[in-house]
Amino acid sequence: MSKSEQLVHGQSGFSRRAFLKGSGAAAAASALAGTAALAAEEAKATSVVAGLTTITLDVNGQSHKVQVEPRTTLLEALRYGLNLTGAKPISVDGSSGGSTVFVGGKPISANTMLALECVGKKIQTVESLGGAKIDPVPAAFAHHDASQCGFCTPGFVMAVKAFLQKHPKATEAEIRSGLNGNLCRCGTYANIIPAVLDVVKGAGNG
Amino acid sequence: MVEYVWPDRANSSVLGGSHDKIDSSAKCTGAAKYSYDINPDKVLLARVLGCPHAHCKLKSLDIGAAEKVKGVVAVHAIHKAGDELNWHGDLIACVVGETEGAVAEGLAAIRADYEQLDVFVNDEDLAAAEAAKRTSKSGGKVQLKREPGDNEDKKEFEEKEFGRLFKEAAAVVEGRYGIHAITHMCLEPHGSTCEWTDGKLTAHLSTQAVSSSAGGYSALKVTADDVTVHCDYIGGGFGSKFAVDTWGLLAAQLSRDLGRPVKLMLDRDLELKNGGSRPSGFAEVKVGADSEGVITVWDSHHWSAGGVGGAPVGQDVVPYVIVPPNYRRRVTNVKINTAPVRAWRAPNHPQGCAMSQTAVDDVAAKLGLDSYDVFMRNLVNVPKERAAVYAEEMKIAAKLMDWKAKWHSHGRGPAQGSIVSGLGMAIHTWQGGGHPSSCLVKIHPDGGVETFLASQDLGTGTRTVIAIVLAETFGLPISAIKVNIGSSKYPASGPSGGSTTVAGVSESNRRAGEDALVQLNELVAKKLQVEPNVLVAKNGRIQDQGNPSKSLSWKEACSLLGMNPLEVKGRGAPGPKSKLSSSGVAGVQMAEVAVDRETGVVKMKKFVAVQDMGLVVNHKTAESQIYGAMIMGIAYALFEERIMDPKSGAFLNAEVADYRLPRLGDIGELVVQLYEPDAERSRGVIGLGEPPVISPGAAISNAVCNALGLRVPVLPITPKRVVDTLKARNA
Repeated sequence: MSKSEQLVHGQSGFSRRAFLKGSGAAAAASALAGTAALAAEEAKATSVVAGLTTITLDVNGQSHKVQVEPRTTLLEALRYGLNLTGAKPISVDGSSGGSTVFVGGKPISANTMLALECVGKKIQTVESLGGAKIDPVPAAFAHHDASQCGFCTPGFVMAVKAFLQKHPKATEAEIRSGLNGNLCRCGTYANIIPAVLDVVKGAGNG
Repeated sequence: MVEYVWPDRANSSVLGGSHDKIDSSAKCTGAAKYSYDINPDKVLLARVLGCPHAHCKLKSLDIGAAEKVKGVVAVHAIHKAGDELNWHGDLIACVVGETEGAVAEGLAAIRADYEQLDVFVNDEDLAAAEAAKRTSKSGGKVQLKREPGDNEDKKEFEEKEFGRLFKEAAAVVEGRYGIHAITHMCLEPHGSTCEWTDGKLTAHLSTQAVSSSAGGYSALKVTADDVTVHCDYIGGGFGSKFAVDTWGLLAAQLSRDLGRPVKLMLDRDLELKNGGSRPSGFAEVKVGADSEGVITVWDSHHWSAGGVGGAPVGQDVVPYVIVPPNYRRRVTNVKINTAPVRAWRAPNHPQGCAMSQTAVDDVAAKLGLDSYDVFMRNLVNVPKERAAVYAEEMKIAAKLMDWKAKWHSHGRGPAQGSIVSGLGMAIHTWQGGGHPSSCLVKIHPDGGVETFLASQDLGTGTRTVIAIVLAETFGLPISAIKVNIGSSKYPASGPSGGSTTVAGVSESNRRAGEDALVQLNELVAKKLQVEPNVLVAKNGRIQDQGNPSKSLSWKEACSLLGMNPLEVKGRGAPGPKSKLSSSGVAGVQMAEVAVDRETGVVKMKKFVAVQDMGLVVNHKTAESQIYGAMIMGIAYALFEERIMDPKSGAFLNAEVADYRLPRLGDIGELVVQLYEPDAERSRGVIGLGEPPVISPGAAISNAVCNALGLRVPVLPITPKRVVDTLKARNA
């Protein structure tokens, strides 16, 4: 996290705590986050934000006020501002997939996006899949014992959810080639494959 | 006197079934809270600055500018000017702040000067290590079937005897084998969240040792009674998280000094540089065998690096499992500038297996024999009590692999374009006896059942195993048992290392459960007017086994307890006399790989594991453990290694993106078969975490060798090493 923040500030040339929406710096920040569309959206805005700011984030269907700095990542805002700790800090650059959440319906590593960029967008975290009526993906993970230590699991569950939205009828071969963005150290991959196949078959609530 | 035993297979209701982990849903929906996730009110965040050099003297350290950064609350110098720092990433200073951004800015503002000192990290190159004066002898052993005559000089006799044995051997193989250091790479890094209330410390510590860690804060002049170590969930340990560690003490100290909770988790790169690594191992091996491939004589020298002050691979794992009647082994330690190694799943066994059973396979290659037959014949030299189990497991594994149909001599398989396939196998052993464990089982008058013990669940399903043991004992469903672990205030239970947990906690809980049932049955017997010894707990009732109509529901039975719960302490007593647990397992693995001779890429096609572990408490989680071990094995066989710059000593790949590990698409087809005939089941519970992670290195290396007809000597077998090995042959 700190690396991407430093990079943003380093490139901006502004005060460390200033975040100029609509500037080239913001576009650079968005490009870092990996979506040109976001950069285009940012380019339309014009407000300058510095220091601590209270923003409203739409998380799991509810509006939450949260205090952030321009450099606060979405992951930090979720974990410390809202105590939603399902998304995990595992890598500095999103290469583990451990902090995967949905922003505007698309999966993204929450540590590669700034909280300010998420204002006005629908954010969905793994916590929304739990509760009394558990979502078929985590249910299938549980049934197939597709977690061990469990630290990578929330990110993996979100990645599978996104994958199945794109490939609802995924075959085993597609599953094996389409879920390589997430890292597990305990070696739960072998159980994740049948779990995902179960969801495809509609048996995930089992 | 209660005789503590398990019910047989036919009379078990949940024991030995296949059950979901009771905490799976919490893990899969983000509800499970790890130490990293604990956010007490007003928690401060702390991060550490790592040393940029592999060996240096700290000339000056200036934290003034860091202290002035807005949002930084404190900066703590861990080292002072003049201190020697011994590895890249050694901890220098710690910054505490309100936000991650402030802490990062604070770390960047620390100014330090260093004087660089001599560096050595190239543990593979023994000659270079000797030239750099970084080696020391580390024991060895000579074992010969024949003894010297009364007048013979022992040394001369040994030389003569080894000379004779090698001369008489039908085949002699000389090889170089090795395996690089890897890191534990726990996805939840080492660290804790600490808070103090009225002079008492609560440490949410990511630990494999909840009980003993409470005593780990004595440097802060706080005794264990004033410490609560708490760990509901741990994001990976693999042998690296037994101690509170300097950073754990620092978090507690800073929290006390600042009067606020402090969270200190290592950054990813510092986790890899400090949080644990497994020692490397490199060997020169010469073996002699008879014409059938049975090894008659072994002569090896291996060297290994344990970092600064860590213990490298010792002598007792080379040769590994297959120990010929005549052998000589020597060990050299190499001192390198890396953090001290830590225990890694099955300490030293994976390296011993990778340096030894590769040589066994090279005997098969030299004689043009089927590796399976050679391993089978060499079972004459494995410990007698497990030999038959190895043979049975080999037969089962070969069938699952379809070994005989797929086998071709080394390097003689058909090629599809540049792709060649190969088979390889290896065998392993581990103890896995139970650790000391105590627990408190409570049966409430309303029928509620719970147990308390200061154990921990590494993700292997310890909670679930405990629930299964008590559910079986009381004739209840698993969901009726509340398992309380993860607090050092509960009855002491051992650390989770060496596959000791499942036997340990099964012992204590079964004993407490059986004792509690005796007491409850006395009350029930009076009520039903029967003798207590005719009563059994089954299907949610306590009943006369000869006359099931005489029974009480569990709830009715518990209501006889009166006002207070029945509390029974259980203490495990693993050992040769216990019928509940045992130790000592075998295990066989067979790998099939495809190797691209042009690119050097190795792909896993199929990987079979057959594993005994005594009585299997929960088939589902036992299988998961083996799948996980096989994947970790694929990782160190084909992907992961700590890459050091030989000149600067820098750890070059200490980030997730650079430290190669297999992903979901890299594992091929995995087949797991638990080996649990009555003879094994009757031995009781034995630990499983370590054994299946031992064989993959040798099995996969042997498969690559079978494919290419050429040994890629050092693991991991990366594309570059394959290509280099092929080039060397063609040169």
